[in-house]
This record gives sequence, C-alpha cells and structure tokens, in this order.
Amino acid sequence: MTRQDDRKTRLTGAEILWATLEAEGVREVFGYPGGAILPAYDALRKFPIRHILVRHEQSAVHMADGYARASGRVGVAIATSGPGATNMVTGIATAMLDSIPVVCITGQVGSKVLGTDAFQEVDITGITLPVTKHNYVVTRAEDLAGALRDAFRVARSGRPGPVLVDITKDAQQATAEFDFEAAASEKAGSHPMLNVAPQGILEAVELIRSAHRPLILAGHGIIHSGAMNQVRALAERAQIPVACTLLGLGSFPASHELNLGMMGMHGESWVNHSIQEADLLIACGMRFDDRVTGSLATYAPKAKKIHIDIDPSEINKNVTVQVPLIGDLAQVLDQLLPYLRPRDGSAWLHAINCMKGDAAVRDIKNLPDDGHLYAAHVINDLWHATSGAAVIATDVGQHQMWEAQYYKHEEPRSLITSGGLGTMGFALPAAIGAKVACPDKEVWVIAGDGGFQMTCPELATIAQEQLDINIAIINNGFLGMIRQWQEAFYDKNYQCAPILSPDFVKLAEAFGIRAAAVKTRAEVMSTVAAARAHKGPFLINFLVEQEDTVYPMIAPGAALHEMIRRPSKDPLVETASDI
Amino acid sequence: MQHTFVAYVEDKPGVLTRVASLFRRLNINISSVTVGSSERSGISRMTLVADAPPAAGHRIMASLYKLENVVQVDDVGRFSSVSRELALIKVATTPKTRSHIFELVNVFRARVVDLAPGSLMIEITGSESKIEGLLQVLNENEDRVLEISRTGRMVMRRGHHTSRVLEALGDVESQNGTVPEPSLALQEEPDEFEQKP
Repeated sequence: MTRQDDRKTRLTGAEILWATLEAEGVREVFGYPGGAILPAYDALRKFPIRHILVRHEQSAVHMADGYARASGRVGVAIATSGPGATNMVTGIATAMLDSIPVVCITGQVGSKVLGTDAFQEVDITGITLPVTKHNYVVTRAEDLAGALRDAFRVARSGRPGPVLVDITKDAQQATAEFDFEAAASEKAGSHPMLNVAPQGILEAVELIRSAHRPLILAGHGIIHSGAMNQVRALAERAQIPVACTLLGLGSFPASHELNLGMMGMHGESWVNHSIQEADLLIACGMRFDDRVTGSLATYAPKAKKIHIDIDPSEINKNVTVQVPLIGDLAQVLDQLLPYLRPRDGSAWLHAINCMKGDAAVRDIKNLPDDGHLYAAHVINDLWHATSGAAVIATDVGQHQMWEAQYYKHEEPRSLITSGGLGTMGFALPAAIGAKVACPDKEVWVIAGDGGFQMTCPELATIAQEQLDINIAIINNGFLGMIRQWQEAFYDKNYQCAPILSPDFVKLAEAFGIRAAAVKTRAEVMSTVAAARAHKGPFLINFLVEQEDTVYPMIAPGAALHEMIRRPSKDPLVETASDI
Repeated sequence: MQHTFVAYVEDKPGVLTRVASLFRRLNINISSVTVGSSERSGISRMTLVADAPPAAGHRIMASLYKLENVVQVDDVGRFSSVSRELALIKVATTPKTRSHIFELVNVFRARVVDLAPGSLMIEITGSESKIEGLLQVLNENEDRVLEISRTGRMVMRRGHHTSRVLEALGDVESQNGTVPEPSLALQEEPDEFEQKP
C-alpha cells in the first residue's frame, strides 16, 4: 500500500469528525449526547479523545471556553440538535464577546427533512449567526473535514472567536474519503485593512518620545497575541506605567513596579485618575469598552491615543485615536520597539504614587478588624494562601470585582472570567475546562451564591470526572451587585435581590464532594489550607457580610474620575473604637 | 450621508443574510442592494447603498471584512465611478395620452417595451436622478403610474484598476483618512447620459 492510499481512507462522517478533531490536536471535548448526534457518539470509542459528559450544554461551551482561556488551545463542545443546540447559545455569546477560540459541533436532523420542523430541529446556524465568528451547515460527509478545518482556522486566526459546525445526521452516517491534508483550510488572500505602515510606527514612536504622562492600557489582546514580553519591553524601556482591563489582568505582572492595577468602573481610583490626567494612551489589544471608559465625552480629555488592535472595526469605534496600528500586537510591537529609546518617567510615576495614598486609607484591607467577614478579606487571604499562582475562574458580580482587585495575577491565563457578556454561572464550568486543560495547575472557582446556583449541577461533572477543583462561594444572601445598584441608584429598593440558597455544604456532600462553611476571618486560612491539602474537589461556603459594596464605583454615564469612593466613616467597616 | 459599497462575496447559501444581518446589527438601513455574478467564478458582486453617518464608512467596511464569505470590499462612494439603475415603469394610458408619453420616453432615452390597451411599460436605464426625473414628469402630466420596479444602484469605478492599485490606495487612506486624487486615467469624463433633462 502506498503512502497516498494510506492517507485516503474511506470513513463515515462520524469517524471523519473525530479523525479531523484528533488531527487538529484535540484531546478533550465537552458534550452531551442526543438523537441527531448519536452516530458521532457511536464512533467516539475508536478515537483517543476524552469526552467529558456535562449536565447542561451551556456548561459544555463554558468548559470549552475555560479550556481555551487557560491553555490557548481551541476548546471543543458538542451537543445534539434542537434544545441541545439552543442551550449552547449563551456559552457561544460569552465566547464571542471575549474573543475565545471555541468550536461547537451540533447534530442536525437529516438533510432530507431540513426545514420541515422535524423532531428536535432548530435553525441553529440562523440563531447563532450574530454570536459566532462564522458557522457552517454540513449535509454531506465529503464536506465535513473541510468545514471542520475551516472552523479551526477561523476560530484561532486573527481576532479569535467561536465557530459552530452543524452536521446533519445523514452526513454523519454516510461515508466519504478522508484526507486530512487535502482538506486543509485556505483563506483567500490577506485582510487588506490589516496593515501597519512604517509611517504609523514612526508617528507612534514620536508620540511616546514627546509624552510626559503616558499610560499603557493592557487588554486581552496581549494574551491572545502572546505579546507579554513585548509589552513589558515597551513599558520598561520607556518607563510607562501600565493599567489593565479586567481581561487584561495577568498580561503584565501584578507585582511589577510599573503595574498600576485595573482600570474602569470598579478599577483602582489612581488608575482612573491617571487615565484622565494622561497625555498619551497606548491601547494594546483593548477596545475601549463602556466599562472602562465611563462617559465617552469626558474620557481621557488630555490624551492622544495610539490604538494597536488586530480588528480594524475596533478603530475609532468608541474613542477617536490619532495613530491606529492595525495588526497582531506582538508583530506591531516588534516593529516599533527597535525605534524606541529609553526615557525618564519618574516625575509621572511619582505623581501617580501620590494618588495611591488616599486609596490605601480607604482600603478595606487596612481597616481594623470588626469581627465581620468581608469578601475582600477572603479573596486577599486566598491570594496569600495560593501564593498568587492559582488559576481562578470567577463568576459575575461583586465577587468578580473584588477578585480583580485583591487577587494579584502574575501570569497570563490565570484569571478566567466572563468580561464582555457578564455571564452568571460561568465560573464553575469554566474552571472544569481550565482543570481539564491544565491538570497540573491549582484551580479555584470564586462564585457568588446567585451565579453558582445557575450551573451548580456541574458539581456532578466534577465528581464523575474526579477533578481536583476548589470552590469558594462568596455567600452574602443577595444578588450582591444588583443590591449594590439598587442601593446606589434605586433608593435601596432591594427588589428581588435577596436570594435563598441551599446549604451549599450539604449540597456538595450530596454530590460526594467535601465541603466546609466559614463564618469568621480566623477560619479562612485554615479552611483554605484544608481544601488545598485535600486530594479532590473541595467546596467552601464563605458566609460574608451581607450588605458590602464594591468601591470605587463609577455611576453609569459619569466620567471616569467621578468615582463613588468607600466612605471613610462607613459604619459597616469601622468598629465603635475607631469613631 | 449615503455610502455605496461594492462587495465581492462567495456565491454560497446564507451569504446575503450575513451581509444584511451586519447592517441590521449596526442599526443601519440598506436603501438598495443588488447582487449578481461577477467576472470571477464562484464570486458574486454586491452593490450596497446605505444611509449612515460619514464616519461609519470605515466601520461598515471593516465589519464586512470580518465576514468569512466576504472576499473584497470597496467604498466606491469616495471615488469617481459610474452609477446606473434599471427601472421598469408601467403607466396607464388612453389613446390621447399615449403620444406624449412616447415623446417623454424619447427625451429620456428610455424605451417602451410593452404596449397594451390602457397601459404601456417603459424601460429606463440611468442614474437614479434620471429615473426620478421621468417619474416626476409623468406625475406632472397626471399619467397614472401603475407599477414601478427598480433594480437599485449598480456602481463601477471609472478607469482600469487592478486590486493592486486598490491596495495601494487603501494604504494611504487607512493611514491618514484622506481620499487620494484620482489618477489621470481615473479622471471624470463628461457623461451626456447623466445630464438631468
């Protein structure tokens, strides 16, 4: 048999599916079987691919998403037609808004009954059209390998994103020649709007040279592009301080002297003030989202802007920039760095440092212990206990912001959080994906009592797959961020914000997962230590102060510097002895 | 302002939906769209006309390029180009009105393509303003227009340009946002057909 014959084997569509995934480097998939995808499941046993059975298809996509965020590899989720496919939509939109490379595979009814409202038929490519980077319907086995290879190329290239491949049942059952190499995906030509003219590089260099108060805005694109070293070189050589977006946390070491911390709605006060005072913003792989700009009319009024992004449609979308550099961040900075001369930034760095004092006085960490357990303390202790080296998956809400403020991320891909879509219920499944991708890393879930209940059936997945994941529930009995907004903007009308939870310790135990409750600060470290020492999953229910607020906070429509700060005489955080 | 884009797209099911959906998402109304085959096999040519703020042109073009099925986009509104539209107009007639409608048709260099008792059909090709002009005069004469079918705008840039020239022009535009002067070969020529009657 010649080599040529060897490559051309006749397989069923189902076998082509797995063979293509295997050849694309996929070792794990997250999924849930159903009628229209059963031929694929039938063929799975012939391939060295681990299938993690989920409890809901939304979680399957979040797991693939967490897998991709933790590892940088494409995550794969698989579900059946109809309800299986529609359940995926929230997960797909989550990946879309955060530009995460995910390939979703759905079964579809037979091609002969397409469009007839057959059992479990839904137009999933129509439904997901606005929330995927691209999607495909495959009705013939011979088209499958090409579509899948296209899907992987599209998912991981340029600005990454989710891609869905909808495969009819008959396409899975029919046979076709399989030739992985011949099915290679080719993109017709390069993107003509992606170009970085030497002129633009020189203009950027000149702006940096002449700036007195420059600032690097570090976004998610740094991690996608793998431009950590280039951004660090830029910051260090030109002595430019770095502010991170939520998804940019970890792209620049938190402990680095030039790292200021997080910007935006719940960013550090000195960071937001610095942005408003800056005369140059160098936006690296970020998109001036409304959560980081506050009111656009008053955003960074003194600053010229350099915007480096791979997506031309982000240029001048929210903020008008003077120098757009459209391309892969690492490549753009590689072009720029040789022209960059060292400069002295000490006066500006000193000015920013002076702004930190006030924040330190108000910092909940520095207030005397009043016997209450605060989420910020829990997260700060967790950071100490794990030496800042854990992979943290957070949900959405107050705990997410406290995590961003008090867990200092040194490494990229160590914070996994839904930034753009703000999907509650994301943390637990995303952590499962992260643990599957990086089994040697310590993985923690930090979730609120509200969001955790959205996807907590995945505790069964953890138990079934015997995943060593630790879970910290920040339990305040409220939908905390809702309550905070109601407190600030709706006259404390806490409509539908109090939420009843089950006893999470008993819940975990029902799944065969060890658990403990923590009510005081003194118990935090020892319980975290017990969780870390335990081989296997461990859940801690932290019963924290019920009506605590994330500070600083920017009201919707307010300017970035008009932050609501933690009152310095807050009776909640100060004991009688301090008054 | 009115933007006109020519997009080369893959000739596949669902591509029109993707393009239309993009405009819907941006909350921009498409005033006209024409689609047909192009000089390249497997590639359709789309002419899209949309009303949007002047600054939206870049974003629409960039968003079009984000669609996997879009091969090439040209913002032709910024260049010297020929724009044509075809319309079929059915007008109610009586033996008395028929002859002056024939006169109008001649003046507008249109053609009568169907003649029936009580009505006739006019085929007219030209710029939108020319078609609007004929409709205005018909209305002025109180000739009752029974049906109008218009193709929407088709646009082609003047002169000979290869994609390489386009790329070079694109470089200049994206860097400083100005529209380059058309080269000599692209200079506007007087067009008798675009004169308004």
